[in-house]
Amino acid sequence: MDIKRYDMEDTDIAWCPGCGNFAILNALKQALSELEIQPERLVVVSGIGQAAKAPHYYRCHLFNGLHGRSLPVATAIKAVHPELTVIDESGDGCMYGEGGNHFIHTIRRNPDITNLVHNNMVYGLTKGQASPTSLPGFKTPVQREGVFHETFNPLALAVSLGASLVARAFAGDTRQTKEMIKKAISHKGYALVDILQPCVTYNKWNTYQWFKENTYEMDPSHDPYDRMEAFRRASEVGKLPLGVFYLNPKPTFEEKLSVYQESKEPLYQRSLDTQKLSAWIHSKRGL
Amino acid sequence: MAAGIVVTKHTKDSLGEKEMTDQPLLQFKEDISIVLCGEAGQGIQTVEHMLTQTLKLSGYHVFSTEEYMSRIRGGRNSTLVRVSSNRVSAPVDRIDLLIPFSSGGVRHVQRKISSETILLGEKKIVENEYQGDKFIPVPFSEMASEVGGPIYTNAVAAALLAGLLGVDQEVFNRYLRHYFSGKNENTIQRNLEAAKRGYAVSEDLLKSGRLQIELKKRDEVKNEILIDGVEALAMGAIAGGCNFLSFYPMSPSTAVAVYLAQVSKEFGIIVEQAEDEISAINMAIGAWYAGARGLASTSGGGFALMVEGLSLAGMIESPLVIHIGQRPGPATGLPTRTEQGELLFALHSGHGEFPRILLAPGTIEDCFYLAQKAFDLADRYQVPVFILTDQYLLESHYNIPSIDPARIRIEKQFVETKKGYKRYQLTETGLSPRGIPGFGEGLVVIDSDEHDEEGHITEDLDLREKMVNKRLKKLDLIREEMVPPELIGPDHYKTLILGWGSTYHLIREAIGRLEMEDVAFLHFKQVYPLHPDTMGYLKKAKKTVIVENNGTAQFGQVLRRQTGFNVDREILKYNGLPFSVEELADLLKSAFH
Repeated sequence: MDIKRYDMEDTDIAWCPGCGNFAILNALKQALSELEIQPERLVVVSGIGQAAKAPHYYRCHLFNGLHGRSLPVATAIKAVHPELTVIDESGDGCMYGEGGNHFIHTIRRNPDITNLVHNNMVYGLTKGQASPTSLPGFKTPVQREGVFHETFNPLALAVSLGASLVARAFAGDTRQTKEMIKKAISHKGYALVDILQPCVTYNKWNTYQWFKENTYEMDPSHDPYDRMEAFRRASEVGKLPLGVFYLNPKPTFEEKLSVYQESKEPLYQRSLDTQKLSAWIHSKRGL
Repeated sequence: MAAGIVVTKHTKDSLGEKEMTDQPLLQFKEDISIVLCGEAGQGIQTVEHMLTQTLKLSGYHVFSTEEYMSRIRGGRNSTLVRVSSNRVSAPVDRIDLLIPFSSGGVRHVQRKISSETILLGEKKIVENEYQGDKFIPVPFSEMASEVGGPIYTNAVAAALLAGLLGVDQEVFNRYLRHYFSGKNENTIQRNLEAAKRGYAVSEDLLKSGRLQIELKKRDEVKNEILIDGVEALAMGAIAGGCNFLSFYPMSPSTAVAVYLAQVSKEFGIIVEQAEDEISAINMAIGAWYAGARGLASTSGGGFALMVEGLSLAGMIESPLVIHIGQRPGPATGLPTRTEQGELLFALHSGHGEFPRILLAPGTIEDCFYLAQKAFDLADRYQVPVFILTDQYLLESHYNIPSIDPARIRIEKQFVETKKGYKRYQLTETGLSPRGIPGFGEGLVVIDSDEHDEEGHITEDLDLREKMVNKRLKKLDLIREEMVPPELIGPDHYKTLILGWGSTYHLIREAIGRLEMEDVAFLHFKQVYPLHPDTMGYLKKAKKTVIVENNGTAQFGQVLRRQTGFNVDREILKYNGLPFSVEELADLLKSAFH
């Protein structure tokens, strides 16, 4: 499908020149067009942050909700209308900080959604505080002595929770990022793609160059169905592996819902059977 | 209203030694108040359920309500069952028959035991706690263990009471079979055996002439519906098209979720227990966005977590229905008790300015119809709608003639979108046609930021002003369709009693006892916005008295703020229990002087 189908007219993009978000936006549009997903059949849910603005810059149904709260919304949309492609796209602060509890339980729930996390290891929109993924020693106007908290490892956490797909990409490699996004969207079940991206304004440490030097693509011999191995790879520090860490095919949240056992019709097409309810109420009259 | 009880001299004796007297020890004519008390986990609710259902099937009006401690086993709990020839829908303090199931039970309700209260129960439970002369020993546990164990005490007790009140044994047995229909035949047989023994005791008691019960049965009651607030609210939600519920368990709202979960397959409802209330409300909003009708059900503390989501619904003009089952706060408060304490919280919650609607059912019928209406209003005006109930209302049962889901026609309000669709198109009324993703050719864009007509983020401050006006203007539309307050009593009143929500029947019955001609009662089922007739009603009164189950007369404050009217007297109760009819009648009497 023509990638121009996703282009918006007159968008005033709020990102800094050189922001890693541009590369992710580009990769996502390519992935969507190669997968032939019509904007009219695509819902993107996002939170708050620079990454969360991304879906304002391509054509889709958009639910840009609250900071940290996108996953419950995305889960509900998919549950109510399973025929739509649902992507949840936000940043590391939104997903791993404010929304941490939802992150955990969405993985457990396993809705068939794609979770794209723009991970720049810093809070951009609020001007440069540490994020859960900031590396120890990272100095900010708030973390003046440098971050001393343990770094949040979304991939190891996701593997430990039995996430259906766990992957990492680096925005500096559009081809690889696009491939990871395509895999995630095509995958049935919850799919996490943690996308490393530089913040050119507030993170002078984890730059394009730094990511280039500190990431590597996993060897094709990696077995993504081996959970222990996936966990080991996801736990690596120093040079960060890229690619699909873990695959765990299993029934999705929507598939398990009783409302779809007899009919696949999305809820909006259904109506209440008033007679059935009347009969139910009538049954309360006695034996 | 009080039971006519005739007392004769008697001596304590066991069941075996029947004492024949010319006059009955006790005689009930109109209205009996039975209290069952015991520990959590003993199955008092089973007795309550079997008893009330079989009484109703026999033609008696029944009302029952529970008060209990926040624990799974043990503690001191009590259940009140009122049985009457006339409609009863409120609790009384008076106890005519007390059945304690564990020691400490009598002491627990000591305050309400009068010289006329009769106790039925085990010697070892009663003798240390009761010194009066109205004790009839019944060896419940002995009878139960003869059948197979203490668990059968419930069937013995329910059958005994049903027998005393003239429930046909055949009717009782049929209900018992129905109630235990999921259990194996052995369990059913043992319960039937237990019932047989309970009935035998009741026959002996009645034959001895010591108890005479002459309540009139009414044929028309037999076919009525006996449900509690929970069930009525849940069925009303279904009638309102609710097909999505997200919740986090919290007393007393949990029962609504449990009920909807149990019928979710039957009525096509997605029920999801969320990780927290924040998730629950965001899910409900997401469900509306995608074309479902979502309910978020919680209590005050859970709603505190939902407040951010409420504001989201206000900004994106999402329909939303929030049920708050109120209980005493602040913080964890009294988890299993009742209060009308969240009115101001619900009214003022949420950052920013946006319209909302607050409904407060007063009766079981209201629970149904207002829940149904809540979904309709939310969808039509694209605003959050609250349903404020409380523990007392949710967990009170009584029989009602009927409820009819067809009374309100439910129409989905979303539209099929066309290319170029704008979710927040500026219109005369402030309402924009609501599209949903995947239905039509348009794109449905919503943003929690201030947004343009398409739904995209904007910082155009002129547009901001237009969008604020658009959202606030909807309140004018809402005002065109409000639930009017209900006036009970004479049109030409001097004193007007004001109440809202769950106190409806309590106030009605208490006023009935006053037998004063110039007193009327105005009950509010919609507590915000206020119906335009409100001021007219208030101005007509020489004196106004407001009755609320909270400490600060919250509805009185709403009235003052909305109309400028100051209520003369406040009758408030905030110890965690609902008013009783006698208590409220006394308080009203003193408020008039």
